Amino acid sequence: MIEAIFFYVFSAVLIGSAAWVISSRNPVHSVLALILAFFNAAGLFVMLGAEFLAMIMVIVYVGAVAVLFLFVVMMLDIDFVKLKAGLVKNAFVGFIVGGVLLAEFVWMYLRWGMSQVTPHVMMPTPDMAQVNNTQALGMVLYTHYVYLFQISGLILLVAMIGAITLTHRRRPDNRTQKVAIQVARNPKDVLKVEKITSGSGVH
Amino acid sequence: MSFFDRTAKSFLLVEIVKGFALTFSYIFRPKVTLNYPFEKGPLSPRFRGEHALRRYPNGEERCIACKLCEAICPALAITIEAEPRDDGSRRTTRYDIDMTKCIYCGLCQEACPVDAIVEGPNFEFATETRAELYYNKDKLLANGDRWEAQLAANIEADAPYR
Amino acid sequence: MANSVTEQIQGLWNSDFSVAYVQPTAFAGLHVLEFVVPLIIAVAYLTYAERKVLAAMQMRQGPNVVGPFGLLQPLADGLKLLAKETIIPSGANRGVFLFAPMLTFLLSLVAWAVIPVNAGWVVSNINVGVLYLFAISSLGVYGILMAGWASNSRYAFLGGLRSAAQMVSYEVSMGFVLVSVLLTTGSLNLTAIVDAQHPFWVSLMLFPMFIVFVISALAETNRAPFDLPEGESELVGGYNVEYSSMTFALFFLGEYSNMILMSGMTSVLFLGAWLPPFGISALAVVPGFIWFALKVCFVLFVFIWTRATLPRFRYDQLMRLGWKVFLPFTLVWLVFMAAVLLYNHALPGMQGG
Repeated sequence: MIEAIFFYVFSAVLIGSAAWVISSRNPVHSVLALILAFFNAAGLFVMLGAEFLAMIMVIVYVGAVAVLFLFVVMMLDIDFVKLKAGLVKNAFVGFIVGGVLLAEFVWMYLRWGMSQVTPHVMMPTPDMAQVNNTQALGMVLYTHYVYLFQISGLILLVAMIGAITLTHRRRPDNRTQKVAIQVARNPKDVLKVEKITSGSGVH
Repeated sequence: MSFFDRTAKSFLLVEIVKGFALTFSYIFRPKVTLNYPFEKGPLSPRFRGEHALRRYPNGEERCIACKLCEAICPALAITIEAEPRDDGSRRTTRYDIDMTKCIYCGLCQEACPVDAIVEGPNFEFATETRAELYYNKDKLLANGDRWEAQLAANIEADAPYR
Repeated sequence: MANSVTEQIQGLWNSDFSVAYVQPTAFAGLHVLEFVVPLIIAVAYLTYAERKVLAAMQMRQGPNVVGPFGLLQPLADGLKLLAKETIIPSGANRGVFLFAPMLTFLLSLVAWAVIPVNAGWVVSNINVGVLYLFAISSLGVYGILMAGWASNSRYAFLGGLRSAAQMVSYEVSMGFVLVSVLLTTGSLNLTAIVDAQHPFWVSLMLFPMFIVFVISALAETNRAPFDLPEGESELVGGYNVEYSSMTFALFFLGEYSNMILMSGMTSVLFLGAWLPPFGISALAVVPGFIWFALKVCFVLFVFIWTRATLPRFRYDQLMRLGWKVFLPFTLVWLVFMAAVLLYNHALPGMQGG
């Protein structure tokens, strides 16, 4: 009963905030709604007993990704009139993409089942009372799926390096601080203390 | 200093630890604070605080309405009106200082030929309303009467340097 | 008549619905209050302690007029803030503007749900306590970012942006520090982390991580020398320039209770929370929560001490420290720790086999 209430609250807020994301006129409000959606998704994960996934969801998506979204969106100067100008023109394409996605979901829902997956790939779900799901995830990820796990890590690394090489420019006229050199400077080498007798001046 | 020494020093945070030790040692130093309303610091005889109009020992006011202070005041805080008194001497009928304008530069007391307008040692004259800071002649003379002993002493102490 | 009313209330209280839902909620609420009320008082006196300690280190007196030794000063400050007028700038985004301080304050309280104050004294002893704390502390940035944006002020906005970049940067190395703690204990549960007894050499290996954690905690809580989001001297108060009265008070409370939270986290992860120091069993006479409080106070003292000692970082220096010093260092040290633990068969789950 109480689980059901929480489930419906989380789901309703999740769907509501997802709708808010695409309908809000203010992009910052959209990102904030997106964060709310992530939160409720995390809540649903907790209700499934997947507390590890829930926390990772909050840390990665809310704590890092959405911060950067917000960071960028806040600095954008968005002209709403220009933004809306393309709405009617692009609506048709948008509807087609949305329709294809919807059709895929419906198709997947109708044919839902595990039977076609080969049995040896499936791992039995461990008993939650004995193994908490952090351990269970670790045992599967680092044994059975270790190659897939490492490959996905590599793909992320490649994407990261790609992003850096695409955006990073070395500017020769940029004067940066070289901390090591500054720290290495010794007062003895660069400072000369002179006793000057009054009236004689510096020679 | 060798490279190894430098690296070790920066990784062991030697400089920061030294700094922390220094600030910690300051906890045990004697406090330099004055417990203000109860303790007060020394004031120089030249201290420029609240204004006062002085009198001669016989009770006659010193001000002769020459308006030099009004002329020199860079903040235009002083307003003077004058008329001959019944005995024929020149005196002010109005001597106002707008203390909200005053910048306490001390030029009025420098300009005064008879040491009438002076800036006294009092700096605790905060008020709750603006109107209380528009000083008139009565207020200034009252100030002079109140602080006369110290005002005279200050002028005497500063006289050798004038 | 009165008798029947009490009977009715008793009947309601003992009804099925009440036993199933109302009673647990009420008890949970009480349990939460047990943590929140002392926390708020601690926050109030932390502000007092900060002013006193800073004053002592600068050869001043600190607050000493309100009450004996100025002990009532926090109350006077609170009253003053309460009595002031809440000003909402006309260009502000009202909803977000008002929500931001509430969020900051809320998050700083919510995180206490998993901090064990004594053996078994915890609101919710969840499996993933460390991750929960990490998640909540990483959310703290939203309050500041939203405040900065919603104020519609350049100073506040710059403060918000600085805070966002700073927190994201320092979370990375903080994450590695947490992983290193997990390596030695093998649990994400905070009580289990405290109970894990390390041999001396493991504690020695954790020590650099402890230092990195404390410094990152300073950055996460926007404390000196990393107080760039506030930056009084350049941003005239940063993200909270436009705030007044209770909205400002909530930011203030949130900031200080975040400090206490970070100190609590440090003492749970590295200082053994309620256990007597150095495992001296004679010191166990003193109740555990007092040890916990003493450890938290010590870390808080270090926070204040730092503020009295170090000047503010420049922004590029801050980024350099986070990305070019802490990130490589924690990464290398983490691998090193893992290797040493592996060599000694001391990784969690290896002791038996």
